[in-house]
Amino acid sequence: MGTSTHLERRVRAEERPRRGFEYVEGWGMTSGAESRVWKPRSADEVAEVFRRVAGAGRHLALRGAGRSYGDASINAGGDVLDISSMNRVLDFDEETGIANCEAGVTIRDLWRHSLPRGYWPKVVSGTMFPTLAGAAGMNIHGKNNYKVGTIGDAILEMDMVLPSGQTVTVSRESQPELFHAAIGGFGMLGAITRVKIGTKKIHSGEIAVAGVSVSNLAGMMDYVDSHTGDADYLVGWMDCFGKGNALGRGLIHHARYLDPGEDPEAERTMTLAHQSLPGSIMGFPKGEVWRILKLLSHDPGMRLLNFTKHQMGKLEQRKGWYYQSHAAFNFLLDFVPNWKFAYGRKPGHGLIQYQVFLPKESAHAGFTEVIERQQRLGHTSYLGVLKRHRPDPFLLTHAMDGWSIAMDFAVTPKNKESLWSATNELTRVVLDHGGRFYFAKDAVIGPRTVESMFDEDKLEAFRAMKAKLDPDELLQTNLWRRAFGNSGTFTSAP
Amino acid sequence: MTGNPESTPGKATSKRALVVGASSGMGAAIVRQLVSEGYAVAAVARRQEMLEELGSAASSGKGGRVLPIVHDVNQIDEVPRLFEEVIQGLGGLDFYVYAAGVMPDVEPEEYDTEKDLLMVDVNLSGFIAWTNPIARYFHSQRSGTIVGIGSIAGDRGRKGAPVYGATKAAMETLLESLRNRLAERTVRVVTVKPGMIETPMTEHLDKLMMPVSAERAAKDILKVSRGKFWNTRHIPLRWLPVSLVIRSIPSFLFRKTSI
Repeated sequence: MGTSTHLERRVRAEERPRRGFEYVEGWGMTSGAESRVWKPRSADEVAEVFRRVAGAGRHLALRGAGRSYGDASINAGGDVLDISSMNRVLDFDEETGIANCEAGVTIRDLWRHSLPRGYWPKVVSGTMFPTLAGAAGMNIHGKNNYKVGTIGDAILEMDMVLPSGQTVTVSRESQPELFHAAIGGFGMLGAITRVKIGTKKIHSGEIAVAGVSVSNLAGMMDYVDSHTGDADYLVGWMDCFGKGNALGRGLIHHARYLDPGEDPEAERTMTLAHQSLPGSIMGFPKGEVWRILKLLSHDPGMRLLNFTKHQMGKLEQRKGWYYQSHAAFNFLLDFVPNWKFAYGRKPGHGLIQYQVFLPKESAHAGFTEVIERQQRLGHTSYLGVLKRHRPDPFLLTHAMDGWSIAMDFAVTPKNKESLWSATNELTRVVLDHGGRFYFAKDAVIGPRTVESMFDEDKLEAFRAMKAKLDPDELLQTNLWRRAFGNSGTFTSAP
Repeated sequence: MTGNPESTPGKATSKRALVVGASSGMGAAIVRQLVSEGYAVAAVARRQEMLEELGSAASSGKGGRVLPIVHDVNQIDEVPRLFEEVIQGLGGLDFYVYAAGVMPDVEPEEYDTEKDLLMVDVNLSGFIAWTNPIARYFHSQRSGTIVGIGSIAGDRGRKGAPVYGATKAAMETLLESLRNRLAERTVRVVTVKPGMIETPMTEHLDKLMMPVSAERAAKDILKVSRGKFWNTRHIPLRWLPVSLVIRSIPSFLFRKTSI
């Protein structure tokens, strides 16, 4: 080995934009592919990635934090652009609560920035880790969808890099068509690189919560419908093992913001320290809790866990109103880190989340049939979460004047085929009831489902916009090829 | 889920290995043994002629093969591109050994920065540059084995090998961190601590204590890496008691010895 060049090589210019080569996986662990992963640090670098990938004749998926359950940010045979390095909050207006952020800023980054200034994001997901780019691309909703709409409704303005490399600023006033198509457009029209978003003034770091135990689906829906006027958040947890009269039994969490002066210790509760999630759960370090869940990760175990939770819900109801920090109330999914490992860590194991949206007229009948049928097919969801929704103006929105139930199904190498055929049956039931699915969660639907769940003219408008902005289909994902391809099926093959 | 075979990791075969520092010594011996077991092995080394020799010598009836990659671990800018080449050439990766290492002779009164930093570059910087993308890859794949070669020289600050020992101690600490980081992802990280092995690296030493051949060391390393019992293992095992004794010598006595 020569000697004189060794010191020289220590001075090197790192290649920009940075890139690596990784196995990229969906959150549910059932879908992934090896890809060249680009990590741009600016909108210019995003445009440079577009140029290089297009120049090499390859295609590119846009990825935020990779928290979509299915294959929304997976791109077999192509590249991936990971926006998470663009994570600066650019400015925050303390008068209005408007935050101007690079799009790789996560919901966590946002609330940690806004809360000490007296604001909370208007819409958050059940986990705090998605990026704003991903959240906007999927048009995510929270437990307050019926009241404040989706995250798109809170967004005021965005910068996008289009497949041509051009940067545009879109809002309701300027380029409203692109604004309404890109939100919920699952990254198919351009990369969102900056998001200006409104937050809500709060008067306490805590929120008042009450648990309401209900004995069946009708009870749950009645309660929610009669409180959409006075509750700021409503969410129902459901035991999907319940049958007959007990079908849809569960626990509603009804929450409201505190009024000015209601929290005498607002100054203390509105600190970040007050928002930290517990470090242990029933004495177990929370990082290890998934191992305990894993012991219960089979039908009898989950039946027991759901039954126990239902009984505990009855006790919770008796304690009346209680106070919880915003983080603890909103980010239930973050209490147990890596809870998904309860479904197994080996290749072939994981979960799919199957979230079904139904219009209010057919919701009760449709949900009943979906739950009865999954029980009959031997694929009972281990978790059910019911929410109320409202329509919004975004082109490919999942939301409607109706309801959704999100369900988690365990995937194993053994059950996969039968699970996929079960989802095929369930999907037909949902479509017969006028239902929809949600790209952030979905892992199974095919092109015929997409055609049947959206209005024809809206779908046509989206396709036309894709053809105009991205004629060579630079932006692609497994989801795009699966759900917008030409397989002519309602659901994909396992 | 996509119905695409690319979408499932580790299915086609679990016999894909990468050996960095493959042209001689333990690295070459590990490549030869893996190939004889039917592995596809990406062999990374600086010297092309040695790689070619290895490729033609290492063949087996079990479908093993060598993917030669010429690379100087000093050129860490090349690593991301080469890593991609390795994964695509092998169709994935299950097993990784970093065997590149240098130990130039250091005179008792020599304090040579250039020589010392060469050891840092090859033994440590190269290790970090190669191991990071692999750790990331194994993390998301949730499987894989990383093997790092530490040394008994890392146990104490010896008069004879100051920076060599320091690089090995650093490697061992780094490997322990990786082991703890990646355990939840079912990635195995193994530290092997060879004693004195007959390799080109030790040729210049006057006398080797309890020496074993590179082949024997390679065999032990592979065995330990596949077992579940040892996280850190002396090669051969008889160095463990020696190491315990050496570690327990108080500093004021240790400096009087010629160890």
